[in-house]
Amino acid sequence: MRFSIYRYNPEADDKPRMQAYDVALEPTDRMLLDALVRIKAHDDTLSFRRSCREGVCGSDAMNINGKNGLACITRIADLREPVQIRPLPGLPVVRDLIVDMSQFFKQYDSVKPYLVNNDPPPEKERLQSPQDREELDGLYECILCACCSTSCPSFWWNPDKFVGPAGLLQAYRFIADTRDQATNERLDNLEDPYRLFRCHSIMNCVDVCPKGLNPTRAIGKIKDLLVKRTV
Amino acid sequence: MGLPVRLFDAVIVGGGGSGMRAALELARADLKVAVLSKVFPTRSHTVAAQGGVAASLGNIDEDNWHWHMYDTVKGSDYLGDQDAIEFMCRKANEVVYELEHLGMPFDRLAGGKIYQRPFGGHMRDYGVSPVPRACAAADRTGHALLHTLYQANLKARTQFFVEWMALDLIRAQDGSVLGVTALEMETGEVMILQAKATVFATGGAGRIFAASTNAFINTGDGLGMAARAGIPLQDLEFWQFHPTGVAGAGVLITEGVRGEGGYLLNKNGERFMERYAPNAKDLASRDVVARAMATEIKEGRGAGKDGDCILLKLDHLGEETISKRLPGIREIAKKFANVDPVKDPIPVVPTCHYQMGGIPTNYHGQVVVPKNGNPESVVPGFYAAGECSCVSVHGANRLGCNSLLDLLVFGKSAGEKVIQDLKQDGKSHRALPNDAGELTLSRLARLDGQKSGERVAEVSADMRRTMQQHCGVFRFPDLLTEGVRKIKDVAERVSRTGISDKSRTFNTARVEALELDNLVETAVASLVSAEARKESRGSHDRADFHQRDDANWMKHTLWFKQGSRLEYKPVHTQPLSVETFEPKARVY
Repeated sequence: MRFSIYRYNPEADDKPRMQAYDVALEPTDRMLLDALVRIKAHDDTLSFRRSCREGVCGSDAMNINGKNGLACITRIADLREPVQIRPLPGLPVVRDLIVDMSQFFKQYDSVKPYLVNNDPPPEKERLQSPQDREELDGLYECILCACCSTSCPSFWWNPDKFVGPAGLLQAYRFIADTRDQATNERLDNLEDPYRLFRCHSIMNCVDVCPKGLNPTRAIGKIKDLLVKRTV
Repeated sequence: MGLPVRLFDAVIVGGGGSGMRAALELARADLKVAVLSKVFPTRSHTVAAQGGVAASLGNIDEDNWHWHMYDTVKGSDYLGDQDAIEFMCRKANEVVYELEHLGMPFDRLAGGKIYQRPFGGHMRDYGVSPVPRACAAADRTGHALLHTLYQANLKARTQFFVEWMALDLIRAQDGSVLGVTALEMETGEVMILQAKATVFATGGAGRIFAASTNAFINTGDGLGMAARAGIPLQDLEFWQFHPTGVAGAGVLITEGVRGEGGYLLNKNGERFMERYAPNAKDLASRDVVARAMATEIKEGRGAGKDGDCILLKLDHLGEETISKRLPGIREIAKKFANVDPVKDPIPVVPTCHYQMGGIPTNYHGQVVVPKNGNPESVVPGFYAAGECSCVSVHGANRLGCNSLLDLLVFGKSAGEKVIQDLKQDGKSHRALPNDAGELTLSRLARLDGQKSGERVAEVSADMRRTMQQHCGVFRFPDLLTEGVRKIKDVAERVSRTGISDKSRTFNTARVEALELDNLVETAVASLVSAEARKESRGSHDRADFHQRDDANWMKHTLWFKQGSRLEYKPVHTQPLSVETFEPKARVY
């Protein structure tokens, strides 16, 4: 099978290049990650992140034939040859398919992604109805792979100012949690022409999310809450 | 050439569940702490845990810690230390409630309490019938737990060293641990992180097997570092084969599927677990279920076109339950097995999943080694928690959901112990030995200087094949003997591998070579320990010694790298406050 893979080693290369590989795959190689691991067995200089190989850890996000996705759950059989593999767009490349994710995580941190509840904790669990808990479905499952934010033009232009879909999804995850008491502060933190309102509902995030989550909807709900708060 | 040194009160190696739980404890104590992780913390393998965390909350049916303790002792096939098991089961509710208070999105029951489901080996009334004890967030409990702990650590301003790999342990002349050497992957820089307390939370080495549910990063780094520094590894003959890994892919399908009412079928459509475990059936202990499945396959009743798998049926649970309680499983089955479990059964096989053994510790998380006749002399400054440690609460077989519990309880207690020890005796750093860092530098120099050599990928594939063929669910004397010879050969070859990538920036070839050093120590320890144990207990099942032999073998194995030597030490049969559960025949 034929691949064309983005290569860049800052120690050796002046500029990035695409390298062609033609590898014989085994019947057990089902996912793109299997193919990358096989290529690496022959060319150990090819660098990429990977860990769980089942779509839950978020390590191996990359741009595959023009679309962001996780290599470990992208079926080889569904890919057009030569398979074009590039690093996630919009973030600085450290080497080959490895990007510097600092900016992405900085935005995640900026939404204070943790529960704020200043009441003394009860002896047992805080109660939450199943209906209230359901509000967190579609939010807490985010694996921070960055497929969404790095496919978002607004994030490309303003990665330092726009929180991006992943961070906003997590902002809403805590707003939606009945146990959290910081909704107002969270809304204050986002009421800004860039942080939240750079989202123009292009919906690339929804299109690429390997977990089938919908950041655009969560962003819409935050916007609704801000509107409600002012009237 | 000396390495640069950075000083900390405590260094935690590993950013998974136990490492982050320990970090959270330390963050509250105003200490200078570094948490090293090979991957961004939420990518640690805890994230892949599915079914739940065990605690006798009794939210659905009556339950108590003593029943949980009994189940865990029985599940361990009486190799678990009963003091540590009592400690863990009594702490379970506390650590689960703490997690809820931190924001963990547990599923809920109608009254608002945490949802619980039945799980293998967790029973009411000392083994009478299954009890819902697994506290769950759908089938993504590990994900929810790991992200909650990361978020709590963000709030606590824990200092993470992300994509740093610890390479070797630094010990003083008297054996005390003074820190680690570590590699910053992005820059290729190596330095010494010196600490008054070093906590290993490096996870397991499940990647020594060819068929494994484990992530690529589970390379037993802590075990390799400990072994190279003269610390023995305990009970490594005991590897858990999870009954339900997706056939061919190895990806885990939670026992929660059976907890929710799913069951296993052979090719005749027979619910065969009724024959092997008439009472608990599909919710018997994992070793029992895995052996039953392997027996069905061996005796020609396996399903699939080659008769080499078992079918996990859950369509009768209905689409609503599957989508609500097992959504991740449905996703995995569709992607990795090409079946929608709402309609069709999932083909599964027993797959290497969990390392019961590890670095020997007591229930405070202190690493303990034999010294001057004391089998459990504390190594000053050294702690371990989670899968890399052997407390031992899992003995010869772990119960499902006790792993997440283990990492919470012992991550926390290791953190508490570090704080206590530093308060008592932690005023200043000790001088590093002159040769600190030398081992690391020589390992790196070898890889940099090697002009040729076998490929890391080839040697590690041979290691995995050897473990798979010689140290699987069923173990045979001739295969074990041959396996020991073969794995020692592999270990020899590991010291002669070569990598073509010599660059500094994010050199993953170098990382993989360094990981193989750790994997192979674990693999040798496992085969040597397994070959020596002449009985069958828990996950260790020998064809030539088919019974458990309490008179001769109710003892823990200790493997020393030096000379690949074995020692044994007694099991703690005395709990902390209750009476001993005496060994008896284990039926489910």
